[in-house]
Amino acid sequence: MIEINHVNKWYGPTFQVLKDCTTSVAKGEVVVVCGPSGSGKSTLIKCVNALEPIQGGDITLDGVKVNDPKTDLPKLRSRVGMVFQHFELFPHLRIIDNLRLAQEKVLGRKSDDATAKGMKLLERVGLKDHAKKFPAELSGGQQQRVAIARALAMDPIAMLFDEPTSALDPEMISEVLDVMVDLAREGMTMMVVTHEMGFANKVADRVIFMDRGEIVEDAKKADFFGTPRSDRAQKFLSKILQH
Amino acid sequence: MTMLGNFDFDVIRRALPYLFFEGMRFTLTLTALAAFGGLVFGTLIALMRLSSYKWLGRIAGFYVDFIRSLPLVLVIFWFYFLVPYIGQWLTGASRPITVGAFASSLITFIAFEAAYFSEIMRAGIQSISKGQPAAASALGLTYAQSMRYVVLPQAFRNMLPVLLTQTIVLFQDTSLVYVLSIPDFLGAASKVAQRDGRLVEMYLFAALVYFVISCVASFGVRRLQSRIAIVR
Repeated sequence: MIEINHVNKWYGPTFQVLKDCTTSVAKGEVVVVCGPSGSGKSTLIKCVNALEPIQGGDITLDGVKVNDPKTDLPKLRSRVGMVFQHFELFPHLRIIDNLRLAQEKVLGRKSDDATAKGMKLLERVGLKDHAKKFPAELSGGQQQRVAIARALAMDPIAMLFDEPTSALDPEMISEVLDVMVDLAREGMTMMVVTHEMGFANKVADRVIFMDRGEIVEDAKKADFFGTPRSDRAQKFLSKILQH
Repeated sequence: MTMLGNFDFDVIRRALPYLFFEGMRFTLTLTALAAFGGLVFGTLIALMRLSSYKWLGRIAGFYVDFIRSLPLVLVIFWFYFLVPYIGQWLTGASRPITVGAFASSLITFIAFEAAYFSEIMRAGIQSISKGQPAAASALGLTYAQSMRYVVLPQAFRNMLPVLLTQTIVLFQDTSLVYVLSIPDFLGAASKVAQRDGRLVEMYLFAALVYFVISCVASFGVRRLQSRIAIVR
C-alpha cells in the first residue's frame, strides 16, 4: 500500500533530515514509527502524502507515485487520512461542519449525505452530542477524536498518524488510543508515529525505529520488543520504558 | 464672546437635508465601496506577496511600497486630471475620455486601500498556524479551496477589528475629494459655508459630525474586539 524507497530529504542546502529511508506498509498492516525527537519520523510520515517534498528516492501510495509532478496531489491526499499532533480542527467551523467540508468540496457529496456520514462517525468516536459545538469548546482528547472522525469521513484507504497523543494531557491519551486500537483491529492500514509503546505492543505488526534521519531498525513487533538489534534502539527503549 | 453671540444655528438646521442626504450619502457610499474594493484587491495582493512564486511577491511588494510613498490627495488630484488623457491614448479616441469625479475618486481610493488592507490581510494570513493549511491539504482540498474555506475566513475574523479601524480612517480620508470639488459631506458643508458666509458654524459642525461618527464606530470596534477575544 505504502512503498518508501531510498528517500532522501534536506532542509536547506546542508541539513539532511532523511537519509536513504526504505520501508513499506502493506494493506491492513499497522506500522509504528518511533525514535527520539529530531529523528525525522514526523518528516517521513508527512512525505507519504507529500505535505513535505522529497529530494531523492520514491514514494508510492496504492500504486501512485507521490513525488511525480504529474500526480494530482489533492486527489491522492483525499484518499489517505491524516491525524496531526495538534489536531488542526478548523476553529471557525462547528464540529459537524469540520467533518462535512472536505466531503462536500473534495468528494462532491451532497450536504445531507455528508452530514449523515459525519454524524455516524461522531457517534462512533462517542461525540455525537457535540456536533453543534465549536472545536474550542472541546477537550484535547475530544478534539483529536473529532480529527480522526474527520479523516475517516473521507473513506480513506490508509491512515497516517503524526504523534496523535503527544499534545494531550495524560488522562486523555487512552480515549484517543482506544479509537485507534479499534481502527487497527478493523483492518485499517495505519502508519503511526508515536511514543506509545503500549499501543505498539497491542496492535502493531511492525515497529520502525528512526534516529538522525535513518531507519535504524525495521522489525516485527515481537522481535523489536524482544531484542532490538541496534544499540541505539535498545537505549531508546530503555529510556522510554523505564517509567 | 462676539463669535458665539453671532453663532447662527439656523444655518446648520436649514442645511441639514442637503448635508446628510447629498453629502453624507456620498461620503458613506464612497467609504463602503472603497473598503469593499480595497478588501478584495488587498486580499489578492496579500496572496501574491505570500505566493511561492517570487516574482508575484515582488510585483505586489513594489505596488504596496509605491502607493504608500505617495500623498493620497496628490493622487486623487492627478488621477482625476490624467486618466481622461491616458484613456484617450489607450483607446485612440480623438478627445479625452470622460471619467466622472465619483468613478475617478473611487478607483483612487480602492488603489490606496488595497495597499493598506493587503498589509493587514497579510498579517492575518500569517497569524494562522501552518498546521491549518496542512490539514486542509491533507483532506484533499486544493490551494484555492484551503484559502477560501479555511485560511481566509480565520484571517479575516482575526483581523476584523483592524480592518474596521482602517475603514474609519478611510471614512475621514474621503473628505480629501474636496480637491475635485465633489459635494461629499465636507464639500457640502464647505459650499454652504461659502454661500452663506458662515464658515465657523459649518466647519465646526462638520468637524463635530466626523468626530461623533468616528468615535461611535471606534467604540463599536472595541466592543467587537472584546467579543472576538472571548470566542477564541
